[in-house]
Order: sequence, then structure tokens, then C-alpha cells
Amino acid sequence: MAQMNLLQAINNALDIAMAENESALCFGEDVGHFGGVFRATSGLQEKYGKARCFNTPLVEQGIIGFANGLAAQGSTPIAEIQFADYIFPAFDQIVNESAKFRYRSGNEFNVGNLTIRTPYGGGIAGGLYHSQSPEAYFAHTPGLKIVVPRNPYQAKGLLLASIRDDNPVIFFEPKRLYRASVGEVPEEDYQLPIGKAEVTEQGKDITLLAWGAQMEIIEKAAEMAKKDGVSCELIDLRTILPWDVETVANSVLKTGRLLISQEAPLTAGFASEIAATIQQECFLHLESPIERVCGIDTPYPLSLEKEHAADHLKVYEAIKRSINY
Amino acid sequence: MNTDIYKEGPVVHNAAFIDGHSVEIPILKILQQDGTVYQGAELPNIDEEHAVKIYKALAFHRALDERMIGAQRQGRISFYMAALGEEAASIGGAAGLEVQDMIMAQYREQGALIYRGFSLENFMNQMFSNEKDLGKGRQMPIHYGSNELNYMTISSPLGTQIPQAAGYAYGQKLQGKDAVTLCYFGEGAASEGDFHAGLNMAAVHNAPVIFFCRNNGYAISTPSDEQYVGNGIASRGVGYGMKTIRIDGNDILAVLKAVQLARAYAIEESKPVMIEAMSYRLGAHSTSDDPSGYRTKEEEEKWHAHDPLSRMKSWMLAQNWWDEAQETALFDQLREDILAAVKVAEKIAKPPVEDLVSDVYDQVPEHLQKQLASLKAHIKKYPEAYPLTAGRIK
Ligand SMILES: Cc1ncc(C[n+]2csc(CCOP(=O)(O)OP(=O)(O)O)c2C)c(N)n1
Repeated sequence: MAQMNLLQAINNALDIAMAENESALCFGEDVGHFGGVFRATSGLQEKYGKARCFNTPLVEQGIIGFANGLAAQGSTPIAEIQFADYIFPAFDQIVNESAKFRYRSGNEFNVGNLTIRTPYGGGIAGGLYHSQSPEAYFAHTPGLKIVVPRNPYQAKGLLLASIRDDNPVIFFEPKRLYRASVGEVPEEDYQLPIGKAEVTEQGKDITLLAWGAQMEIIEKAAEMAKKDGVSCELIDLRTILPWDVETVANSVLKTGRLLISQEAPLTAGFASEIAATIQQECFLHLESPIERVCGIDTPYPLSLEKEHAADHLKVYEAIKRSINY
Repeated sequence: MNTDIYKEGPVVHNAAFIDGHSVEIPILKILQQDGTVYQGAELPNIDEEHAVKIYKALAFHRALDERMIGAQRQGRISFYMAALGEEAASIGGAAGLEVQDMIMAQYREQGALIYRGFSLENFMNQMFSNEKDLGKGRQMPIHYGSNELNYMTISSPLGTQIPQAAGYAYGQKLQGKDAVTLCYFGEGAASEGDFHAGLNMAAVHNAPVIFFCRNNGYAISTPSDEQYVGNGIASRGVGYGMKTIRIDGNDILAVLKAVQLARAYAIEESKPVMIEAMSYRLGAHSTSDDPSGYRTKEEEEKWHAHDPLSRMKSWMLAQNWWDEAQETALFDQLREDILAAVKVAEKIAKPPVEDLVSDVYDQVPEHLQKQLASLKAHIKKYPEAYPLTAGRIK
């Protein structure tokens, strides 16, 4: 075991993937010698050469189009989009191409080896163009897997699983936690399952569900609720698509209450999808309406971050609302 | 429709490929570093008053960058981007335009806004994202904009302003305005799909737009030789059938000359023009970046010798339009003014909570009114957790 921050854990996973698989390539803006603006790819070019780890021109549609071609050819592209806010120029290549390659060709061709890594989320004084959580846009597209880790241990295990998964995966990295989240990470190879949520704390009164950096928020709110005698069960969804209905539903059958918190704005976020499914699965067991605690339906602001965010106090209030319904 | 595919050139019967590197593009230089004009060089339209105005803008920019990098290091603002060493490109660009011309910039062109007279207070209010910021404290520092000064508010996603500039200019033309749009972008941003889309739209639809590429050699850590192959960005202008010129971007007279000619052409012929200004990003990409990770001090040193400010100053001194006493007085005054403005701006309150939901649409729709109301009730309950807004909620 070693102490790693989230970036080091990602770097370590990339190193393992490139060492074991000669067809694995890491590329993106500033990814080469510089190691990426956040340093996630540090040292990889030195170790694996310029042909396998390189800077691309500044063109996201080009990066993902290129990656689609590589993946279709059988290589294992791990493409970095510098900020999730800048994934949209590549939206067409992702939703119309990566996601539909296998389906449209009757499995004659696929881009299953593709992994897209991108830092997402706010809380870093980044304003509206360095703070977005765009997972829901991609979740609406069949054919993609979407993974979001919450800490270094998860990041390494889930990234290795994403790279080896035989489907295109978008791997959203919570940049607020890049250096802030530090923990024990095994140095050897390991994988965590894609499509499985993790119950991180057992409880009996209400289920709190989140993913990525939002896990910290619900943990803090659960601590507050505990002092009021409320026992919260905490679940990290880990994979947005395909998402683990069973684990969430089983928990809600037990607690009778569900609160989902996401960083992204409320309307048409992935929390809405979860709420709809769980009310169908658990209708007769629900003791109160499913709560969604999300960002406000506005772009992510710079100076009023705290007001916009789904913080622990807003989650705490929603827990009380649900319990006292 | 012209379907004569042979009209572009002579016919050959032995395969002859045109080498992508064979396009030669000269670079316009008018002013030498020592302040003398190259022999035979044709000066732009410039008189003493105009020259002093330009030089004062250059000085303001230098002093602002210096002070604001300092302010960022002291934790007073969150972020800053300087334009050290390439101020002539943005200021010369604006100086070659008329006030009614629209400027659509990337982010390293605050010089154009300085030239147009954006007040020191306005700069500060934006960087401190306080309630007097024209952009209402929503964007990161240096994302300025001013309707009054015809300077489109900066958007962070790179390249997006390029096709917009084509459209804006086309609209100006349709409305019979004596105006063009000047669009700034970096050589890095010129890799984006939007660049190619924008140039092609402008060329095909004859939009009076001046595409102005600041080629400063780096896009964050990526040097231009990993950004493109071939003869710079200018060759792309040629490829899209545009009148194109490459200039020394640190030579204020070359910049001014090129923009004056480009403007006249764009208006008269109603067509787009491409300018590629060669320069060097002397400073870090931003205050979050450390260039020592990707380039040498020696390389940077070389470019200090091409400083656009000292070049223009030498020329001004030789014209007897400027002297050392004026120089010292100007910089002293600027530094003092900027420091005073920092102190004022940092004390101004952040935007009120209502600004969180305004301007998302023309009017605040019901769902946002509801979200605001419940947010206000929440803040009242936990005022200490939301210190920026709590005290002002009625
Ligand atoms: C679409 C998009 N992708 C990535 C970024 C991140 N980014 C911001 S500035 C920059 C480099 C731009 O370089 P260049 O256009 O050459 O301008 P310069 O910084 O040299 O002035 C990058 C990659 C962005 N803002 N937008």
C-alpha cells in the first residue's frame, strides 16, 4: 500500500495499463512531456515514448475522432479532455460515433477499447466554464459507460476496469479532489467493478445516494443527521451508466427513504432518472417523496459558488424534510 | 456555377505534388528594435496624438499585468493571465480600427479594451467579481466584455468566437454599416474545428471580418511545432481563399499598418482578411502555470530582446514625441492608480443572491423564482455559511 492522492492514483493506473498493453496510448492537450495541466500523465512519455504518449493539437473533436479510429483499429486509446467543460466540441464524435459504432455496424466494428478521461466539477473558483458536471448529457446516449470515482482507491481500480472494459467509457475525474483526496492505494494491479454501486455506510432511516465529489457532501450531512438520531445509509453510485438499480432499490426497500444529491443542476440531471426508476421499483415502500438536492438551474457561477452548490447544509435540511414528512 | 475544374492551373502529365511547405509567406516588419524604421518601409497612418495614445495603452497594460500577477500571488484575486511581450498585437489591432468596429477576442487581448478606454475600475470590478462587474461576477478574472465599447464578452471555450465573428460581420454588412469585426485567437485555438468552420463561412459568404491570429509560439505547454505542420496559420488563410498577411507582432507599426489596410479592404471589397502576428508568450500561460516545466530560460531571454514596448518607446523618443521624464511619471502614476483601484475593488460587495438566477433567460422563469425563494429561506437559516449574501437578504 502507498499513500496517493487522486492524481497519483490515476497516473499509477495509466502506468499499469500502458505497461501491460503495448497498444495503449495516452494523448490529449498538454498530455505529453508536461504531463497534462493537472499532471495526471506525468512521466508516461518518458517511460513509453512519444509515439504512445503525446500532445495533440488543440481540437477536442479531433482528439475523440482520432481515438475512435484508433479504437476501431484495435488500439487502446485513453484520451484526455482537459476539462469536462470542453468535451462539447467532441460531442458529435462521442454520442454519434463512439456510442453507436458497434450498433450501427451489426458488431462488424466497435470502439470498445476507448476510454475518455476528463476532469469535471466545481468548487474551485472556476466559474461557468471550468466547473460543469455534464454526465447527464452522455447518460442519455445508449452505448456509453460512464464512471465517476470518489477517492484515490476507487479512481485506480475503476480506471483500470474502464480501460479494460470492452465498451467506450467516459471517466469523469472530480478535480476538486485531485490533490485534496489522499488515501491508501495498493501499488499492484486491481480492478473495481463497473456497474456496481458501493454501500459505504449502513443505516436504517434514509438512503443517501451520490457520486464523485458529492460523496463528501452527503457524508458530512449524514454526520449532522446522526447527531439528531437519524441513521443514514450511504451509497456511492460509482457508475452512472449502466447504473446499479438493485443495490439502490434494496437499500430503499430497507430504509423507506431516498435522497439523491448531484453537483449538476436539478432539471433533467441523472438524479431525476434515478428518482423515477426507484419510485417505480419501491413505490409501496416509500415513506416520503424522493428528495433531489442538486445545483440550481443556472450555469455554474464564480462568486456565488456556495449559494449555487448542493452543499451539506442543503442535504441536511432535505434529510430532515424526508424524515419528518 | 463554375464547373471548370481545370481553371485553377496549368495541366501536367507527370505527377507533380505541391509540397505543403513550399508556400512562402513573407513577414512585414517596419520598425526595428532600436526604434529606427526599416529603409523603404511604408509607415501606417499615425500622428503624434495617436502614437502617444497607443504608447500609453501599452504602458497601462504592462503595469496592469505586473500588479495583477502580484495581486494573484497575494491571494487577492483567484487567477490572472498576462500578455507580457505581445501587447502590441492587441493594442495595435484596436488602434487600426474605428470605434464602431466589433472586437471578438480570445482572452489575452485586454490591450484592445485598454485602448478603447475601458476604465481601470471596470477592469478591477471584473477581476474581483464584485457587484459592479459588468458581467455580474459570474466569470473568472480577465473575461471582460463591454457593449458600449463594442467588445464582445469573452467566452472560455476556445475558438467559439471565430465563426461568430463571421456571422457578426455578415450582419454588419447586410445592415449597411461602415464597420468590420476583428476576431482575435491564438495559434492553438486555430486548431479547433470552429476555426475552419469560421474561415470557410466568412470566405464563402464574403463577410467583412479580420481574422487576427496571435501566434505566440505556445498553447499552454504545447509549442507550435506540435500544434501544426506547414507554414503557420497564414497558409490556412490562403487555403480558404483569403487575402492574408503575416506580420511581426511585436512591431506596433507593422500591426497598425496591416490592420488599417485590412479594414479598408474588408469594407471596400466586403471580404474577409487574415492576419498572422508572430510573437512570443513571454510570461506563463496563466497564474496557474509554470513554464519552466516545458521551456528554457534562454529561450525566454531571447525574446525579451524583442520587447514591443521598448521598441515603440525608442521610436517615440526619436520623433521627440516622448521623453524619459514622461516615461517615469507615467509608470509611477499607473502603478499608484492600479494599487488604489485594487484596494477599492476588493472592498466592494459580491453580487446579490438575485444575480444567481438573472440573465439565464430574458426574465426569471417561475422555476428559478421558486429555487431562489427556497435558497433565500435556506440562507436565512444558516447565515454564517453564506457570508457573501446572507446579510443582504430581505
Ligand atoms: C475548447 C477548449 N479546449 C481547451 C481549453 C483549455 N485551454 C485554455 S487556454 C489553452 C491554450 C490556448 O492557446 P492559444 O490559442 O495558442 O492562446 P495563448 O494562450 O497562447 O494566448 C487551452 C488548451 C479551452 N479553454 N477551450
